[in-house]
Amino acid sequence: MDEINSLMHGFSVALTLPNVGFMLVGLLLGVLIGVLPGLGGANGVAILLPLTFSMNPTSAIIMLSCIYWGALFGGAITSILFNIPGEPWSVATTFDGFPLAQQGRAAEALTAAFTSSFVGALFAVLAITFLAPLLAKFALEFGPPEFFAVQMLTFCSFIGMSKEPPMKTLAAMMFGFALAAVGMDTVTGQLRMTFGFTEMLKGFDFLIAVIGLFGIGEILTTMEEGLAFKGKSAKINFRVVLNTWKELLQYWRTFIRSVLIGCWMGITPGGATPASFMSYGMARRAAKDKESFGRGNIEGVVAPETAAHAAGTSALLPMLTLGIPGSPTAAVLLGGLLIWGLQPGPLLFVEQKDFVWGLIASMYLGNIVGLIVVLTTVPWWAAILRIPFPVIAPVIIFICAIGAYTVHSSIFDVVMMLVFGVFGYLFKKLRYPLAPLVLALVLGDMAESSFRQSMLLSQGGLGIFVSNWLVGSLMALSIFLLLLPMWGALKAMFRRREARAYLS
Amino acid sequence: MSTESEAPGPGAALRRRGPEAGVALLLLVIGLIVIIDSLRVGIEWADDGPRAGYFPFFIGCLLSLSSGWTLLRALLSWREETAIFSEYSQLRDVAAMAIPLTIFVAAVPWLGLYVPGALLIGYFMRRHGTGGWLATLAVAICTPIVFFLIFERWFLVPLAKGPLEAWLGF
Repeated sequence: MDEINSLMHGFSVALTLPNVGFMLVGLLLGVLIGVLPGLGGANGVAILLPLTFSMNPTSAIIMLSCIYWGALFGGAITSILFNIPGEPWSVATTFDGFPLAQQGRAAEALTAAFTSSFVGALFAVLAITFLAPLLAKFALEFGPPEFFAVQMLTFCSFIGMSKEPPMKTLAAMMFGFALAAVGMDTVTGQLRMTFGFTEMLKGFDFLIAVIGLFGIGEILTTMEEGLAFKGKSAKINFRVVLNTWKELLQYWRTFIRSVLIGCWMGITPGGATPASFMSYGMARRAAKDKESFGRGNIEGVVAPETAAHAAGTSALLPMLTLGIPGSPTAAVLLGGLLIWGLQPGPLLFVEQKDFVWGLIASMYLGNIVGLIVVLTTVPWWAAILRIPFPVIAPVIIFICAIGAYTVHSSIFDVVMMLVFGVFGYLFKKLRYPLAPLVLALVLGDMAESSFRQSMLLSQGGLGIFVSNWLVGSLMALSIFLLLLPMWGALKAMFRRREARAYLS
Repeated sequence: MSTESEAPGPGAALRRRGPEAGVALLLLVIGLIVIIDSLRVGIEWADDGPRAGYFPFFIGCLLSLSSGWTLLRALLSWREETAIFSEYSQLRDVAAMAIPLTIFVAAVPWLGLYVPGALLIGYFMRRHGTGGWLATLAVAICTPIVFFLIFERWFLVPLAKGPLEAWLGF
């Protein structure tokens, strides 16, 4: 068992004293970020990324990925106690979590949420442990056309699986690609779309975009929704935890189903948010007492939390093996890898064994420690939310501005953060999805260079994308996903016509 | 989250069609700029392979097409579209944040990050909060100092500074 040996080696890397310290710091910061409005996994990691430039990459990724786990845990606290989803993926948790809290069963709901998150993450890490090396070995054979096909699949699956209107998904994605193209062309050295401004030479940094779109945009939307933090308080004691665990055992079917949905949605870049909704919907459809959903059913907490964590964690699988992130936060971590001088992709498993396996081992540890941390510290986090919003909001803006500034020590970036913030607000209100925009901005250069290299190989013929079974089937799947929304639209049109015929 | 809701009483809310068309138009213009600039740097092949505009040209086309579609739909359904973007009272709340935020960002190039940060926090707590002067001053002054210590002292990352910091000798 090669994987087990590597994993054990990984544990020896992750379990050193400084790394355990970074893990704890990351988890606590992560829960804080998850609890506060306007700070989430993606922009929280983006803000802290510049602080890790000088750190050892392994310690840095352990800390940043633990922020991600912490944020995933933290989102559940606000949804259950305050009915405010701290993160988009915990919206589905509010459906049953908050009614439970209103009935005075907040401790149970929180225990169920944390435990489900843990289970979801654990299975996703197991999947990473055993699938990632295989996928990486397989991907070592990939050439530019294969990489472009995988990237194509990533972007097409956004259009096919997104809840948002497909044309807006496409527009958001292409906007991201367009922003990525600004600046110097890496192949020919020509300047593109800079229009003589020196600030534009470097192009748009996706970290600034993430901080603006998710941070400032979120603050503006939160202002609009009005803030009345009327929360329930909760204290978790050991007996409640044990009783809830006993009760959770009967939901093993829900767990399995949600883990599968989550892992699938995480690896294909559906992301944690749709995974949690899908899993919630499936659980309700499969349940005998459908009416109890939405009124405080523990299963309605278990399903979305398990799936969100499974998706959030497994989003790192394609990031590590193919260099294609499955979620915006994974995209930011990928950007971090590039900044630390590591080339994401299959070679990572050959050349950077310490890094990869240290990270995977830290995922196991981080989730176990995270579970214990959140179970014991819930009342404190709930207390943070009682700080009035007029104090929290400007402090968060200040933090976002600092984060934007530290990326390149550039004041222009602070201005860009504001511009992206306005875009984030408008896009959110008009239902343009932000995730494909960020992913396109991160992957833009990579996708462009693999496309151009493929074109060079084939001397301009698109036939190279069907030249072998692997590329061909990836491309076919992409086109299928791309056309999926059209199929839905056609069906709706026929139904309308039928209804009209029936009426007349 | 509730943007999809049906229109309430007229006059109290900004309809969705205006911002919808505006954003689509903006994206369409950006798409066209991308196309024009790609044509400038060349979209065809040179001796050593595709030129710099080769890939962005496709991007610009897709961006223009998709946002043009959204714009067209918004314009075609202009009369019957009743969905709302936001109520005016909500927009006022957004403006209450957006305006000081813009002033804050505009002040950063002259005053650095710390002083505008303190002013922003102070303004917000006085204007929208319920705390007294003492609490406001304490939070507004302590927050930047804490960040100063974390960034400049602990992580050795210098942040933008203005005349006040220069006067203090940093």
